[in-house]
Amino acid sequence: MLIDWFTVIAQALNFLILVWLLKRFLYKPILNALDAREKRIATELADADAKKTEAGQERDEFTRKNEEFDQQRAALLKKAEDEATAERQRLLDEARKESDTLRTKWQEALRSEHQSLNKELTRRTREEIFAIARKTLADLATTSLEERLGEVFIRRLREMDGQAKEGLAEALKTASDPAIVRSAFDLPAEQRAAIQHALNETFSAEIHVRFEPAPDLVSGIELTTNGQKVAWSIADYLVSLEKDVGELLKEKAKPEANADAPPEQPANEHGT
Amino acid sequence: MRLSPDEIIFWQYGFIKLNATIVVTWGLMLLLTIGSTAITRHLSAGLKRSRWQNLLEIVVTAIEKQIEEVGLSHPHKYLSFLGTIFLFVATASLCTIIPGYEPPTGSLSTTVALALCVFVAVPLFGIEEQGVGGYLKSYLKPTIIMLPFNVISEISRTLALAVRLFGNMMSGAMIVGILLTITPFIFPIVMSLLGLLTGMVQAYIFSILATVYIAAATRTRQHEPESGSAP
Repeated sequence: MLIDWFTVIAQALNFLILVWLLKRFLYKPILNALDAREKRIATELADADAKKTEAGQERDEFTRKNEEFDQQRAALLKKAEDEATAERQRLLDEARKESDTLRTKWQEALRSEHQSLNKELTRRTREEIFAIARKTLADLATTSLEERLGEVFIRRLREMDGQAKEGLAEALKTASDPAIVRSAFDLPAEQRAAIQHALNETFSAEIHVRFEPAPDLVSGIELTTNGQKVAWSIADYLVSLEKDVGELLKEKAKPEANADAPPEQPANEHGT
Repeated sequence: MRLSPDEIIFWQYGFIKLNATIVVTWGLMLLLTIGSTAITRHLSAGLKRSRWQNLLEIVVTAIEKQIEEVGLSHPHKYLSFLGTIFLFVATASLCTIIPGYEPPTGSLSTTVALALCVFVAVPLFGIEEQGVGGYLKSYLKPTIIMLPFNVISEISRTLALAVRLFGNMMSGAMIVGILLTITPFIFPIVMSLLGLLTGMVQAYIFSILATVYIAAATRTRQHEPESGSAP
């Protein structure tokens, strides 16, 4: 008999035990490990996907920020350029204005210098001319001329009329100091006597007179007393002429030339 | 001439006896269990794992894939039963390279026991899947006339299952034994190699047939419109 029934039962039991043992020690752990691995791989894949998505988002964000930054930079650059252009324009304008001002000032200074030079030249010329004239006349003055001048002075005294004569007479009378007769040269004794005489006659009184030489009276004589004066001299002519010339120059020159007024004319009531 | 390791009896007490078949089966059980435990004790769920773990994973997933290919949609449920049939038969034949070893599958008692287990498991799985009525109805298909033939087929296929494995395993050991007496040296080794190959093929055939039977018993309802899907 090939089949031993006890062995059959024993083998069937053995087989069932083996099924349980292998299930317990082989299939379950292996399948669990496989499941765990699959789960882990799935998790890792999901993680990778999540990271990929995140990376994509970050990349998008970065790209967006980059673009924003580019735009901002461009805007800033443009603004800076505009500002630089404006600043440049402003500086140029300022410089132009400054240069204009400087040029104006310079021109002004030049003109002023020119004017003052002109004035100085005019003044010097004038002074020189008059000095020459005075010198010429002074050199020419001789005794006969002096005498002639004395005669002219005396005649003038005598020919004085009305108000002038009265004013002078009053002045002579009230004066405490003696009247001063000044001349460009020392008067000779005869002339002094003639002048004293003429004064006495003219004002019908004894007039105290003091004679003084005055070189600036170019070829002339003058009588001064208590603010009143009778004079005659070439200087008067010259002064008159100088005044005319000065006024002529003044008219031509700019108003600034005011300062350079002609020499003050002595109080002269009778000078011609 | 000894046809079965049943005949080697180590200990006997009336009906109860301890023969070589049972002892060798215990040895195989011990080997399989200890081997599995040794490998699965340090299982790694990570991407790096030992070669032995890799081997076991390949074996388990291959069995699982085979079950799925035959048509069982939930291989996990049947893996323990069908996988153990394959592993037991395969290990039993692989160990024939050990001198003096007697494969327990070379005993008709063992193969009958295995076939009986399949014979019981098929209706159990079938009833679990489609209920008692649903399962019993499958015997009446396509017509009620087919009932006796269906029953006969159920019994005969179990017998065929047992005898096929026994014949192959027994003949393999037998041929090597006979050849050793006729042609020494090289030739028996070649026959041993052939025996290993047929052993593996028998393990595959036995487990795949069991799978097919279970699949036929559980799939009936799903394929009702087609009907008569039993092999």
